[in-house]
Amino acid sequence: MGKTIAEKIFDDHRVDQPFDGVTVLRLDRVFCHEITTPTAIQDLVARGKDRVFDPGKIKAVIDHVTPAKDAKTALQGKVLRDWARRHKITDFFDIGRNGVCHALFPEKGFVRPGFVIIMGDSHTCTHGAFGAFAAGVGTTDLEVGILKGVCAFKKPKTLKIEIVGHLQPGVFAKDVILEVIRRITVNGATNQVIEFCGPVVDAMSMESRMTLSNMAVEAGATSGICRPDAVTVAYLWPFIKGEYPDRDAALADFSRYLPDNDAVYAGQEIIDVTDLVPLTTFGYKPDHVKPVSDMAGTRVDQVYIGSCTNGRIEDLRVAAQVVKGKKIAETVRAVVSPATPNVFSKAMDEGLIKIFMDAGFCVTNPTCGACLGMSNGVLASGEVAAATTNRNFNGRMGKGGMVHLMSPATASATALTGTIANSPLFAQPA
Amino acid sequence: MTTFSGTALCLDRADINTDEIIPARYLTEIDKNVLGPHLMEDLELAGFDPEKDLAGIGVLVTRENFGCGSSREHAPWALEANGIRVVIAESFARIFYQNMFNCGMLAVTLAPADIDRIFQAAGTASLHILADVDQGKITVTAGPETWTISFFLTGFEKALVQAGGWVEYADRNY
Ligand code: SF4
Repeated sequence: MGKTIAEKIFDDHRVDQPFDGVTVLRLDRVFCHEITTPTAIQDLVARGKDRVFDPGKIKAVIDHVTPAKDAKTALQGKVLRDWARRHKITDFFDIGRNGVCHALFPEKGFVRPGFVIIMGDSHTCTHGAFGAFAAGVGTTDLEVGILKGVCAFKKPKTLKIEIVGHLQPGVFAKDVILEVIRRITVNGATNQVIEFCGPVVDAMSMESRMTLSNMAVEAGATSGICRPDAVTVAYLWPFIKGEYPDRDAALADFSRYLPDNDAVYAGQEIIDVTDLVPLTTFGYKPDHVKPVSDMAGTRVDQVYIGSCTNGRIEDLRVAAQVVKGKKIAETVRAVVSPATPNVFSKAMDEGLIKIFMDAGFCVTNPTCGACLGMSNGVLASGEVAAATTNRNFNGRMGKGGMVHLMSPATASATALTGTIANSPLFAQPA
Repeated sequence: MTTFSGTALCLDRADINTDEIIPARYLTEIDKNVLGPHLMEDLELAGFDPEKDLAGIGVLVTRENFGCGSSREHAPWALEANGIRVVIAESFARIFYQNMFNCGMLAVTLAPADIDRIFQAAGTASLHILADVDQGKITVTAGPETWTISFFLTGFEKALVQAGGWVEYADRNY
């Protein structure tokens, strides 16, 4: 019987099968940030187990609230920083070098096809874009990951989502994933791995694939995996060129993690995106999704471009293209947070930062505090945001606030009019 | 014998997410007990008043996809800080479900019809629920009425509840 990508990864990482249906996997990476890791560290210390399984496989960043906004967040940073130093975790990214975890770690080359990765963060599924099994976990799983380098998972069922057709100009990976979630609903993939495939995914950049995989958890999925291919190899090449004679050899190696032709899937969806239009959310769940045109004219107080979903250079390029030479509406506040220092510096070199500033955007350092209502762009009660983030729960960006999720192009267009609007990059069907 | 019991509270809504269980603004707390008074303070549900309704509760009964959203283990901690160590639902989001067992707490999945019956009974009488992990059985008492419902836990889930959580289990076994 053929195997899916997740099954192949499970096979070569299996440490134990203590009970039926449960597999304990060896971890290649444990990613950490300052919101969920300090409690794990404190607990390990309290239990007299302040150890790490392998400092080289642990990567840590302060990204949610940075610079610290108050004494409590300063303490969270300090607990993480002291711990990283104490255990010689050299890949620790503090202010000046830090960025949104799910954008920063891939950019540093920490993710490879076939890896098993956990992090105390639900959007860890992002790293599945590289053909890895990457899953968000709670603090206790994180604690055990740090201590022992293992994590227990249920045997994965895989939902295959094939994206066919071709995307119209002005329609992006964000619109595709919103459409996927609209169709399968917020728990359509609970306890399953989504395998994204098809010509539309094959044609996507790694950045777009990360946008896709990032929101797999919004449909309940454990991980969202894309098939490793030449695009994956090209992205990783600077990090792996010492390990393979040439790109073909790397591709051949990564092909171990392609699904078998006769792999067994728990479900299968084929989505033709040829007629897909730009989408946005309208309610408090990520499957409350409508065409942007149906929501046009809805007033917003704040536009936010950034996050682990859409804060990468590709996103900033599109967003800047829409606002170039224009001014945002007077009624709106617009914030852009380049997701990493590298994204920030590229955006500077390419003149994007100036475009945003001239248009009236506030440009922040790389951080994502606004996305979860902690810092750098929290909403007041009753306010409405148009955001390129991934979660529109009631109060997500601030108590009593409303969030409409959308692509960077739509968010930029919305900043210009002060109301939800399609971007000029999208030609409305006649 | 591992049992949990308590007065039960019914929350009649699907997709209650972790932001509603404990809002992100409390994620800066490193001490779990500080979370207690903020449990579900943002949950908007007709007739639900977190300040009054959560007092003395040991068990939650709810609908589909409970605990969706962020991975924050602050969600089960906030429950535990209020003495709630059992959640019974039609279904759970994966990370929340695992977090419950990792903390040595209990998440029970029941069929919608079983949940309906509990909800109906709750409308007329106060509700007490006893969960027996070894036997996989829940005993519901609502006024004069008492009935039992079987539930399924994997061997691993049972082992975690019995070991008092995953850290202890893993450190012993790996
Ligand atoms: S950008 Fe938002 S979803 Fe992503 S890691 Fe930051 S807070 Fe979480």
